[in-house]
Amino acid sequence: MALGGFLWLVSFWLIGEVVVYLTALPVSSGVLGMLLLGITLALRGGVPDSLAAAAQPLIALLAMLIMPGVVGVFFVAGELGGQWVAIILSLTLGTLLSVVTTLWLMRRLMRGQDAK
Amino acid sequence: MLSSALLEQLTATPLFAVALTLTAYLMGMAIFRYLKQPTWLPAVLIAALLMAVFLLISGLQYLVYQQGAAWLTILLGPATVALGMPLYQQFPRIRELWRPLVICLPVSASMAVVYTLGIAWLMGLPEPVLASLAAKSVTAPIAMGITQALGGTIPLLMGGLLITGVAAIACVSLATRWMNISDDRLIGFALGLNGHAIGTVRAFEISPTAGAFASLGMSLTGIFTALLLPMIWHLMG
Repeated sequence: MALGGFLWLVSFWLIGEVVVYLTALPVSSGVLGMLLLGITLALRGGVPDSLAAAAQPLIALLAMLIMPGVVGVFFVAGELGGQWVAIILSLTLGTLLSVVTTLWLMRRLMRGQDAK
Repeated sequence: MLSSALLEQLTATPLFAVALTLTAYLMGMAIFRYLKQPTWLPAVLIAALLMAVFLLISGLQYLVYQQGAAWLTILLGPATVALGMPLYQQFPRIRELWRPLVICLPVSASMAVVYTLGIAWLMGLPEPVLASLAAKSVTAPIAMGITQALGGTIPLLMGGLLITGVAAIACVSLATRWMNISDDRLIGFALGLNGHAIGTVRAFEISPTAGAFASLGMSLTGIFTALLLPMIWHLMG
């Protein structure tokens, strides 16, 4: 039954909220809940069926849940005038450089580890 | 243009916004598949474009749509928590790589900020814009908090997140081809670290392993950046 699993997910999100409230960490309750859920499953040693039944479809819908926020972007484009070119250029170029850095560094480190 | 009386009737409940969102998403997915899943045009972007066009034509206000769609987007919280499951399932493979991951993460997450802000600064963008772009590789709910701390604007941040997410997918696809990389763990990690939730969605399309490493990259980048960026930003004045 997926409903029990959904309650797990909502509960961990709420636990995340409480942790954020208590510690004033600048981190979102969703991300905290994700890490806490991972740790809990590791301690428990296995994923309950109900949790898998709720988590799987939600993960598949992630793109749809992001979409309404993305729509808003098209309605602020006009406010920045001529700065858009510079903004797009710095974001795409910066992202290309950081992607190459990540891949290069990670591959080097993984090879170093395999060599041992 | 729909008549305002009809719009008022339809938007009395969130169901209209929900139906629009589902329609745009399903159409976006269908077009995405029809185009043979282009890496430079993810399904989220197609769906968002369709939605924006509909809003322009129908005269429905974005804010009214967004309020109705919140009925769906509220699920983003539990959906993010759900990523803890693949994270756990891939835990043995993540532990194998803990040393490279621990070294790579702070370097890459910092460089993601430094490269973009460096280029933006060289191109003469003003400080409020820099503050809005700084958290561009961080997942939206965390990035919003960081941007407020730096004094940036949220709509511009959302634009930066979109461009970065799409660029990260395209760049990872290109760079892995140049560099001859076919390891899903590496590809997933790079997607999540640089392309936050949009990159993570893409990673799950590749494989569950890529998805789990993307979730890891996304969450660690979010936490690392949230803890350090506001501090460093204020130190540098």
